[in-house]
Amino acid sequence: MNATQPHGANKPTCTWSPPPFIASVWTRWILYIAAVSYLILAISSVEVNWARVVLGLERGWAFVLGFLQPDFSSRWGEIVSGFKESLTMTVTSTVLGILLSIPVAVGASRNLAPYWVYLVCRSFVALSRTLNEIIVAIFMVAMFGFGPFAGFLTLTFATVGFMAKLMAEDIEEIQVSQLEALQATGASYLQVLDFAVLSQVMPRFLGLSLYRLDINFRESAVIGIVGAGGIGATLNTAMDRYEFDSAAAILWVIIVIVMFAEYTSGRLRKHIQ
Amino acid sequence: MLQLLLLDKSYPTGDLALKSVSLQLASGEVLGLIGPSGAGKSTLIRCINRLVEPSAGTIMLDGQDLGQLGSSGLCQARRQIGMIFQEYALVERLTVMENLLSGRLGYTGFWASWFRRFDAHDIERAYALLDRVGLGGMENKRADALSGGQRQRVGIARALMQSPKLLLVDEPTASLDPKTSRQIMRLILELCQERGLAAIVNIHDVVLATEFLPRIVGLRAGSVVFDGTATQVDHEVLTQIYGDEDWTAITQRMQATHAASAHKQTADSPLVIA
Repeated sequence: MNATQPHGANKPTCTWSPPPFIASVWTRWILYIAAVSYLILAISSVEVNWARVVLGLERGWAFVLGFLQPDFSSRWGEIVSGFKESLTMTVTSTVLGILLSIPVAVGASRNLAPYWVYLVCRSFVALSRTLNEIIVAIFMVAMFGFGPFAGFLTLTFATVGFMAKLMAEDIEEIQVSQLEALQATGASYLQVLDFAVLSQVMPRFLGLSLYRLDINFRESAVIGIVGAGGIGATLNTAMDRYEFDSAAAILWVIIVIVMFAEYTSGRLRKHIQ
Repeated sequence: MLQLLLLDKSYPTGDLALKSVSLQLASGEVLGLIGPSGAGKSTLIRCINRLVEPSAGTIMLDGQDLGQLGSSGLCQARRQIGMIFQEYALVERLTVMENLLSGRLGYTGFWASWFRRFDAHDIERAYALLDRVGLGGMENKRADALSGGQRQRVGIARALMQSPKLLLVDEPTASLDPKTSRQIMRLILELCQERGLAAIVNIHDVVLATEFLPRIVGLRAGSVVFDGTATQVDHEVLTQIYGDEDWTAITQRMQATHAASAHKQTADSPLVIA
């Protein structure tokens, strides 16, 4: 490479490095030092009780043993009824949530809705997305008592937020030309939505709906733990009674069903798109 | 039939897209709108059916002031104005037939259109138009399975499904190859003649414009700077519309096509598009 340039003096002197993410040297170093010292302080503040860790490991081992020998028989009735409850909760909340999410999604799309409607719908979506399912479930249980109705309301609320947000993003990216063309024919607002919008977002809508069905089943197991009914409640009872073998049986049931749901909905989504 | 009076359009950014544009279009008259990019050609035709809301001025279509209409009145008025787009603007995931029938939405109730139960006359008309634009038998193809030229034919048929009085045509050939461009222009002009439609055609290909369109309007920076017959478009007019440039090659080609078409018309028939 240096064959044609024998003199060291001719070495290129130009250098270039990418501009730093934070331009000011002072700000950059202060931020680095602050971050590292916080991390050190934070780690040193965590108290570890080693005796408790050993005890926990023993209990964990008991749980692993129970998991290897699940007891399906002694609580089979509860498992079946909990599963039925969860399934009912999942299907009803998914269907209602999706139906309710359609107007919210249209309202939350800047290209279709007037500004005030947009703000209202976006606020609702933000609220629904901020509150975790468990927190909502605690509210709902406090309001409507223990049982699957609270779970149904929780999942419906979460489904609306999830679907409306993702669908609104999709709607905002549709081709404007198709919208214009349909408006130019003298079609009414709903007809424009049907022909120009729905036809463009349909594949994603179906895919997301299936995905949400799958999420809702998983969530229905989790929110049961705070009292919102379903298989989660059965699991919670078993754990409270230290019946690890029954708890393991319930977990096996959940794992198998979730995997099945995920696999089927994945296959279906691929088929649609 | 169509009268634009002192039309202004300013965008929220402060750009003046149209400045006091006045234009008259007689029934059955076909007009070519030329001008540099950004001159306001697209804005002007979109102001006519109010896809773009004009800032000031009046739009009269057969004595009706389109600017004063509420949303349902506007939908009814838009039925009389067909529109053809540069990138075809078909609903790509729907079939050709659904795209054609979408031209009838202004005449169809919501539930009927939701279940795709269109009037039998509309369906008959759609089949006839498909044949007319040369796409017979393609009714069940999805729009995104067609070639550019075929898509534009669907776009034309959709606009005609509205049984409009006026066609707004926005750069119909900009995405097409030269041969298909000429076929599409010829088809649009033939259909306008057959049905006595008035049309405003935005087009940036000057040679194509002067060959097919009898009347040319030049737009520059939002104002009409030329309004005359295609034969009047020369070096001076082009400079007026587009600015200084060596126009020799283009004017020579225009003269050649004028001579050829004049010869053809005198030889074929006494028909003169005026």
